[in-house]
Amino acid sequence: MSSTDFLPGADPPVTPRLGGLPVPPIPPGQRNLRFFLNELRLIFFRRRNQLLLGVVALFPLLIGIGLKVAAPNSPGGGGGGPGVGGPSGAGQLFNQLAGNGVFLTFIALALLLVLVLPLAVAVISGDSVAGEAGYGTLRYLLAVPAGRTRLLVVKYLAIVVFAVAATFIVTVVALVTGIALFPHGPVTLLSGNTVSLTDGLWRVLLVTLYTCAAMAAVGAIGLAISTFTEHAIGAIAAITILVVGSEVVDQVPQFAAAGPYLPTHWWAYFDSFLRMPMDTTSIWHGLLSFAVYAGVFFLIAWARFTSADVTS
Amino acid sequence: MTTPATPDASATPAAAADLAIASTALTKRFRGGQLAVDHVDLAVPQGSVYGFLGPNGSGKTTTIRMLLGLAYPTSGSAELLGVAMPDHATEVLDKVGSLVEGPAFYPYLSGWDNLARYDAADRSVNPRTAKHRIGTAMERVGLTAAAKKKYRHYSLGMKQRLAIASGLLRPRDLIILDEPTNGLDPQGTREVRALVRQIAADGITVFVSSHLLAEVEQVCTHVGVMRTGRLVFQGPLPELRRTGAARITVHTADVEMAAKVFAKLGLADPAAGAPGVPGDDTITAELGDASPEIVCAELVHAGVGVRGLAVESPSLEDLFVGLTGEGFDVEH
Repeated sequence: MSSTDFLPGADPPVTPRLGGLPVPPIPPGQRNLRFFLNELRLIFFRRRNQLLLGVVALFPLLIGIGLKVAAPNSPGGGGGGPGVGGPSGAGQLFNQLAGNGVFLTFIALALLLVLVLPLAVAVISGDSVAGEAGYGTLRYLLAVPAGRTRLLVVKYLAIVVFAVAATFIVTVVALVTGIALFPHGPVTLLSGNTVSLTDGLWRVLLVTLYTCAAMAAVGAIGLAISTFTEHAIGAIAAITILVVGSEVVDQVPQFAAAGPYLPTHWWAYFDSFLRMPMDTTSIWHGLLSFAVYAGVFFLIAWARFTSADVTS
Repeated sequence: MTTPATPDASATPAAAADLAIASTALTKRFRGGQLAVDHVDLAVPQGSVYGFLGPNGSGKTTTIRMLLGLAYPTSGSAELLGVAMPDHATEVLDKVGSLVEGPAFYPYLSGWDNLARYDAADRSVNPRTAKHRIGTAMERVGLTAAAKKKYRHYSLGMKQRLAIASGLLRPRDLIILDEPTNGLDPQGTREVRALVRQIAADGITVFVSSHLLAEVEQVCTHVGVMRTGRLVFQGPLPELRRTGAARITVHTADVEMAAKVFAKLGLADPAAGAPGVPGDDTITAELGDASPEIVCAELVHAGVGVRGLAVESPSLEDLFVGLTGEGFDVEH
C-alpha cells in the first residue's frame, strides 16, 4: 500500500536536510527515557511543586520541635498525643518518641499520611493530564506525536517518582530532626521487643516504602480523574474529597464491612512493621489493595484517554 | 500542478499517494447532536499551498483536529500522507508540523525549554541534535534573542512564531496551520505570510486555514471553502476565480430587443432591469465565452441603441462571501 512510502523509507532523508549532522541509531528506550526525564524536570523544576515539597518537609521539622518543647525532659512519661485520633495507635508512637528519636519518622508519616501527603500527590496527579489540557499543550504533545498510551505511562511514572520523593523527604527530615532532638539507640517496638538501631532503621525504610506504595495508588486515582477534565484544580479537589471521604467512611463503625475495600483503609497498617513478629498478613493485604487500586485506575485513565476527543 | 481530482480519487492508492491530505465523507457529529463537519472530501495535492477557508464556526478546526487524530470522526475517513488517521497517527504525525487553534505552551518555561519539551516528546528524533534543531527553528522565526525569556512574557506575535517554530523542529512533509494570523497585527500577518512562502519554497505542502480570504489569497495555490460543515468549493485558486462568471450590463431603451440578441448569442441568465429597480432600462447576462466587442456589435447590428455597456467580474472576496454566506450562519 501507499502507506509504506512514508514509513521507514522517509527516515533517511531526515538528517541530511538538517545541517548534515550524523545520526547514529538510537535505541527507543533512550528516547522514552528522554521524555520521562523531561517530564520529571517539568514537575521538579516548577516553582509551585518545589514550594509544595518544601512545605511537606517543614511538617516533620515542626512536629519534632513541637514535641520536644511540649515534653522537654520526661523520659518514659509524657501525655502522649492528645490531638491524634488516627487509627494507627499514633498515641503509642508518641510515647515511644521520648525514648527514641527514630520514632519521629513514624509519627510524621502517620500524621502526614492523613492529608498532607495525599494532597501533595493529588496536586501533581490532578494536574498531570488536566493541566496539559488546560494549557492546550496536550494537543501539541499528541500532534508531536507523543502517543497517547506512551504519554499516559510517562505521566504516571513521573507521578510515582514525585510520590516517592515526597514520602522520603518526610522520612529523611523526620529522622534527622528526631536524632538531633531526642535520644537514640536500640529501638523498642510497639510490641515491647527491643531491636538494634540498624534493625530500627531498616523498619523505617520498610514503613516509608509501604507509604510510597499507598501514595502511588493515590496517584493512579488522580491520573484517572485528571483525564476527565481540563480544569486541574477541579481534579485536585475531587481527589482530595475522595481521600477524605474514604477516611471518614472508614471511621464509621456501621460501614466496617466496606472498610477493607476503601482506598485509604490499609494506609494505617504500616504500624504492622513496628511489631515483632511483623503482621505480614495486613501488610500483604495493604499492598494488594494499593496494587489493585493503581491497576484499576490506570486502566480507567487509559480507556478514557485513548478514546476521548481532545477539545482543549 | 495537478488538479485535485474528485474525492473518489483517494480510493485508488496511486492517486492517494499524490495527495498530502485526503478525506472521504469525513463527518463529525458532536455529542449534543450538532453536525460540525458534514461529509467533507478533502484533496490536498502534494506540494501545494492549500487555503482552507470558511467563516468562524464552519467546521475548519474540527476538521483539522480529526486530520491530526486529536478528535475521532463520527464517520468517514482521512489520510495524511497516505496513512490512515487516526489509527496510524503515530506513524505519520512526525512528518507533520501543526499549529492548531493558536499557540499553547507552558507559561512558566522559557521559549527554548518549551520547544525542548515538545522535542523530548518526539520518539523519532535524535536527542543529540536537539540543541541544533531548536536553535535553527528559533532562528528561522526570529526568536533567537528571546529564547531564554519566559513564555508568559512573550507578545502575541512571538507566541505565534514560537508555535510555528515548534512545527519546524524537524523536517516535515506537511505543515498544518490553523488560523496562523489570528490576532496578529498587519506586520505580524506579513511575517507569517513570508514564513508560509519560505516553507512552501522548500517543497513542503502547507495546509493553512483562515476566515479571511485576503490573508491566504496571495500565497495559496489551492483553496477549499467550508460553509456550515460542508466543503462548498475545492480546487486551484484560478478555478475559483473562473467560477465567478463575468456579467455584461447593457444600458438601453430597447430592453426587449437586447434580450433577443442576448438569446441569439446564447448568453446565460439574462435579467432585465437593475436588481431591485423595476422599470430600469438595463439588461444583464453572464458573458460566458462571448467577447464584449461581439455583443456590442451584434446589439448595434440589431438596431439596439446602446447607451452604455459594462463588464463586471466579481472580486474573489465577493465569490468567497457568495460561497460562505454573509455574516454568521447558525442554521445547524
